[in-house]
Amino acid sequence: MARAVLDARNLLCPLPVIRTQDRIARMAPGDVLEVRATDPGALNDIPAWCRVSGHRVLEAREEGREVVVVIEVGDGADG
Amino acid sequence: MAEKQRKAVALISGGLDSMLAARVVMDQGVHVEGINFFTGFCVEGHTHAIRRRDRARPKRNNALWVAEQLGIRLHIVDIVEEYKQVLLHPRHGYGQNLNPCLDCKTFMVRKAYEWMREHGFDFIVTGEVLGQRPMSQRRDTFPVVARESGVGDLLLRPLSAKLLPPTRPEREGWVDRERLYGFHGRTRKPQMALAARYGFRDYAQPAGGCCFLTDEQYAAKLADLWSARGRRDYDLDDILLLKVGRHLRPRPHLKLIVAREEGENRFLEGYRRRYTHLRTVSHPGPLVLVDGEADDEDLELAARIAARFSKGRAAPEVEVEAVPLGGEPRRLRVRPLPASEVRPEWYVERRGAGLLRRAAAG
Repeated sequence: MARAVLDARNLLCPLPVIRTQDRIARMAPGDVLEVRATDPGALNDIPAWCRVSGHRVLEAREEGREVVVVIEVGDGADG
Repeated sequence: MAEKQRKAVALISGGLDSMLAARVVMDQGVHVEGINFFTGFCVEGHTHAIRRRDRARPKRNNALWVAEQLGIRLHIVDIVEEYKQVLLHPRHGYGQNLNPCLDCKTFMVRKAYEWMREHGFDFIVTGEVLGQRPMSQRRDTFPVVARESGVGDLLLRPLSAKLLPPTRPEREGWVDRERLYGFHGRTRKPQMALAARYGFRDYAQPAGGCCFLTDEQYAAKLADLWSARGRRDYDLDDILLLKVGRHLRPRPHLKLIVAREEGENRFLEGYRRRYTHLRTVSHPGPLVLVDGEADDEDLELAARIAARFSKGRAAPEVEVEAVPLGGEPRRLRVRPLPASEVRPEWYVERRGAGLLRRAAAG
């Protein structure tokens, strides 16, 4: 199981979602991706995208001015 | 043997029509997935994220919200770079502002068609309604979209299908034409009734659609940018910055972007390394970015304008820190510009019509 970190800081929504989607498309089921963003909207949007795409959100929290979302890649991962 | 389940990709804008169109087709047993395009001009997201006052409303991405309501997957595609050609050289021209609606729709349908073939889907669904929009949703322009995108009769518009020639999904029985709709015109009543039947509530209904290019003030700012640079071009940062702050052009080569509140201040801070910028130090005030080459006299004027929009506007003197691009910060003590000297024509968004006509002719 690979673990990766995606830096989506200083991007505005929906770009953090798009970068997350494109990164996950290159990962395997069971892999874990940690996304860091500064747009507070990412705290809602990335988990919403995960729900419609079949990926599991392990953590979604604010850390100072940053948003951190940790995702476990689901089965149907093709973007 | 049962007919195999057909698959459709639906263009999802985040508005009601595309949501209904997808749902109508899902109701007929078709597997539907959504596709949403990010042009950089989407009203979605950015503006909410930037301005603090907008945060009172729950922030959401409407396209994702729609996908979740429908229970379908959503693929968001970044088309910022490719979209330039659509906006800068629209084959069919612009609508009322700088909105190239017909070329835009054609482009998005073409991209969806590419996606459809790559992923083995059967047809495309859009929420277009005959007569709904003056440029792209007309009886004579519907065939243009189908033809120029290359998708031909694999493009189904479920909300107006009964008023249009049968498409292949209808002829082949992938969907039942009788259970599609014949909506037309600018009224929203049939859509709202259908939404009520499906139990959809709290859907987005943006007045000018979901695109900044239909907004007169935004289009004026874009036209001003092209005119000041002497060429029609932009990058993503340019078009994001046009959504933020007051834009004043006190001199032809000098534009100031003045934050209106704390959220905008924070957003503009991200651009400090790439722009000459000013901030009042003796009084609380906005961050001001300078677009253009500023000499000492320009900086002095910019400082007086920054002071004008600060809490020190009534003070005899305000101290301002100016940081020239690639230079050393310096302090200026200035008299805030009196309100009477801030000329109305400096406000770029108010200089609309003439600039727009020249930009569109560009």
